[in-house]
Amino acid sequence: MSSHELKTGPLEYRTQQGQMNILGFWIFLGAEIVLFSTLFATYAVLFGRTADAPLPGELFEPGSVLIMTFLLLTSSFTCGIAIHEMRRGSKKGLITWMIITLALGLGFIGLEIEEFIHYAHEGATLQSSAYWSGFFILAGTHGLHVTVGIGWAILLLIQIAKRGLTPVTSRKFFIISLYWHFLDVVWIFLFTSIYLIGMVV
Amino acid sequence: MAEHNKRIPVQHIVGFVLSLVLTLLAAWAALRSDLSTFWIITSIMILAVIQAGIQLFMFMHMTESESHNGHVPWNMMFHGFVLAAIVVAGSLFTMSFGHDHDPQHNGGHEQHQQQEEHSGGH
Repeated sequence: MSSHELKTGPLEYRTQQGQMNILGFWIFLGAEIVLFSTLFATYAVLFGRTADAPLPGELFEPGSVLIMTFLLLTSSFTCGIAIHEMRRGSKKGLITWMIITLALGLGFIGLEIEEFIHYAHEGATLQSSAYWSGFFILAGTHGLHVTVGIGWAILLLIQIAKRGLTPVTSRKFFIISLYWHFLDVVWIFLFTSIYLIGMVV
Repeated sequence: MAEHNKRIPVQHIVGFVLSLVLTLLAAWAALRSDLSTFWIITSIMILAVIQAGIQLFMFMHMTESESHNGHVPWNMMFHGFVLAAIVVAGSLFTMSFGHDHDPQHNGGHEQHQQQEEHSGGH
């Protein structure tokens, strides 16, 4: 592989291995889009089938949903800044901005758990109706992805703190940044099609 | 794009401000505007698609030349989004027949099924 190594450009693209790993991760993201589309389709089909459970419009609160959205949007931005720092060769900048990103991500997860507990107290659980099953599976799968991403990023930060910025660690870090931005893309559609439409209809 | 050593990531800041504005615009359209439900849903879905584009192009480095054009599989991502649209729209379309809440507007199938169930139960 060393024959393919480039001397210029971002570290993560310099080896063929790095280029192929990034390509592979984009293919994974394409598959993730399809995974989420099946959950969105299930949710959309079951919309309105709340049985005896509360209606979504009664439970959704614009305030906390907007805060969650802004937390995740900002974390996507700070993650982008972390990559920017990485490309400037600043390990300290990368770690600082990524810790901010993870703190915002944790805030998002905390609010989502609080929201789910609140709904459960109001009588909307996974078992209470077809609609709420679809809701909890869709929102929960996204929340699970965010949680996994936080754990993954923490492990990677430890590795970067120990090994510094090499073609291998920067490739790994570039890939998790793609993952994190992708979670924000999914959330935009969750925010729009679950929460906004749920509060309108 | 050899300017990745720049101090200030202009593109990210522009993208961030744009996503904040679009989110607030979507929330306003849904919660405060006088639009009809159809136009609210249409407009906020369009805003969501624009915001997803901002993430992909301004944050996820989809267009940078350092990737030597070929390490972002455009066709795969496009394919993914097309499949997602087909799965969601197709499911809604398929399930819209004979599953109405209002019994007056039911398709023939469901009424027959219900009658069969009733007669079977008694």
